Amino acid sequence: MTFLLRRALFYLVTLWAAITVNFLLPRLLPGDPVQAMITKLGGRLNSDAMASLYVLFGLDDNKSIWEQYVDYWGSLFRGDLGLSFTFFPTPVADVLAQSMPWTLGLVGVTTVIAFLLGTLLGVYAGWKRGSWMDNLIPVTTFLSSIPYFWLGLIAISLFSVTWPLFPASGGYAPGLVPEFSGEFIGSVLEHAVLPGVTIVVSSVAGWILGMRNMMVTVTAEDYVLVARAKGLTQKRIMFAYAARNAVLPSISGFALSLGFIVGGALLVEMVFSYPGLGYVLFQGIGGKDYPLMQGVFLVITLAVLVANLLADIGYLLLDPRTRKEG
Amino acid sequence: MNFKTKLGLGILAFFTLIAVIGEWIAPYDPSAMSDDLLSPPSGSHWFGTTMTGQDIFSQVLVGTRGVMVVGLVCGVLATFLSILVGVTAGFLGGAADEALSMLSNVFLVIPALPLIIIVASMLPSADTVLIAAVISLTAWAWGARILRAQTMSLRRRDFVEAARASGERTWRIIVFEVLPNLLAVIGSGFVGTVIFAVMLQITLSFVGVISLSTWNWGTILFWAQSNQALGLGAWWWFVPAGLCIALLGTALALINFGIDEYANPRLRKVRA
Repeated sequence: MTFLLRRALFYLVTLWAAITVNFLLPRLLPGDPVQAMITKLGGRLNSDAMASLYVLFGLDDNKSIWEQYVDYWGSLFRGDLGLSFTFFPTPVADVLAQSMPWTLGLVGVTTVIAFLLGTLLGVYAGWKRGSWMDNLIPVTTFLSSIPYFWLGLIAISLFSVTWPLFPASGGYAPGLVPEFSGEFIGSVLEHAVLPGVTIVVSSVAGWILGMRNMMVTVTAEDYVLVARAKGLTQKRIMFAYAARNAVLPSISGFALSLGFIVGGALLVEMVFSYPGLGYVLFQGIGGKDYPLMQGVFLVITLAVLVANLLADIGYLLLDPRTRKEG
Repeated sequence: MNFKTKLGLGILAFFTLIAVIGEWIAPYDPSAMSDDLLSPPSGSHWFGTTMTGQDIFSQVLVGTRGVMVVGLVCGVLATFLSILVGVTAGFLGGAADEALSMLSNVFLVIPALPLIIIVASMLPSADTVLIAAVISLTAWAWGARILRAQTMSLRRRDFVEAARASGERTWRIIVFEVLPNLLAVIGSGFVGTVIFAVMLQITLSFVGVISLSTWNWGTILFWAQSNQALGLGAWWWFVPAGLCIALLGTALALINFGIDEYANPRLRKVRA
């Protein structure tokens, strides 16, 4: 249990760090883009919205930095992230709540698929070292060197412009109303194919490579040799002896590379105009919408931390040594 | 050195050369407009032209420098930071280690891309070197983590103990006894950072948060995307820059495999 407690504590510290960075950035960096926006919007902002933007971006010069910090936390706890300029006058929190499920669905499912597929391929590639599987490595290296968004562009040009098999943008067909019906779900799945495949193809290589190298290392261990000497079946040695130990670094790596993968996935959303957080962020960049951009950053960080905690629980289940420590 | 590593080094040398001479050998001014609007690759325009008749081949050539400079600057800065944090943490141990490891793990877990997008778009002037510095700040943590682990396994070895017993100062032990044994790890960390930095810079240009006044491969993709090159079927507008990115990334990854195989003999190819 100590293991999980330590990790949870670490994630709390990370969350605090992310929030503090978010608090400090607009105060440290020169220029006052938010003030400019407020001036531009002028009378259309009501006094409440104005006040919360002042708190979030430190425009109130009469307060000390410490008072500002306390007020900032107060706003966060009330779920008040300010108003979005791009989607004026919708509050940032509402915009995020609307796009969050799309990102969670797309990125969550594709990341798990990529991890499972990559790990499985890595197990085989490492086990059958020296066979044709070795050629998989240069190919996947090339695929992983391609930026996510560019692969997305190619996918659109091939599969929705040249051969119009799948829709190029959006999360569901225009005209449909989000509801729990076969037609709507079908449309959502159809729209998720291209962005999903893009994310899987570009992120799978890392898992294959890491797993293969660990398999190669583990295969030379004595306990694998003993298992062979006992005459166990190949399949049993491969999965129950070698792979089970080799997968541990992949799982701890899963947690750490998640932030990177999510970054790539956000770009895929931008390219496909998928209605998730990435596309919202993209629109925010265009409109210099700092409340929205900072909100996206906070929500994504929170999601990554929760996913990390889940990966830790997985690690706990697979590696008995971490359970004994406590 | 095996074939894969040589191939990687060869491609890297090629791009480095282009980065130096690209501006002189480019057949056209990359920003100059002409009457050949959106024409496919031909003898006079090898990679075709853009919507406003700019020569894409020249844009790719001239843009190579920006990419390579950011990669190099970030690689050096971030590697320096990772050695500073990672080796110190691993060698000192105790509370200093706890604090420094915590710091690098925090940097690893926080999603870098949205953070850098915010920082880059708040900066009043986002020139190449400034962007490189910002990217380095988020890119050092992975290397630091690996270096820490390696240093920890080194610090109780006999030769380090011997140096300590003979009264060497701590910084001297670190620089002359520990660091030389970490060179392979540092090298592979450097190459990994360069890949990360190049990708990030291209991404930032593509998204449109870095100034578009200087050319790099990401800028080309930005203009292609914002002019609907996909819908117009102008594949030549975004294919060359993307392939260059993928080639450079592959080259660096191949070099990294070479370093890994050098450091971990079990990964070397089995001879049949």
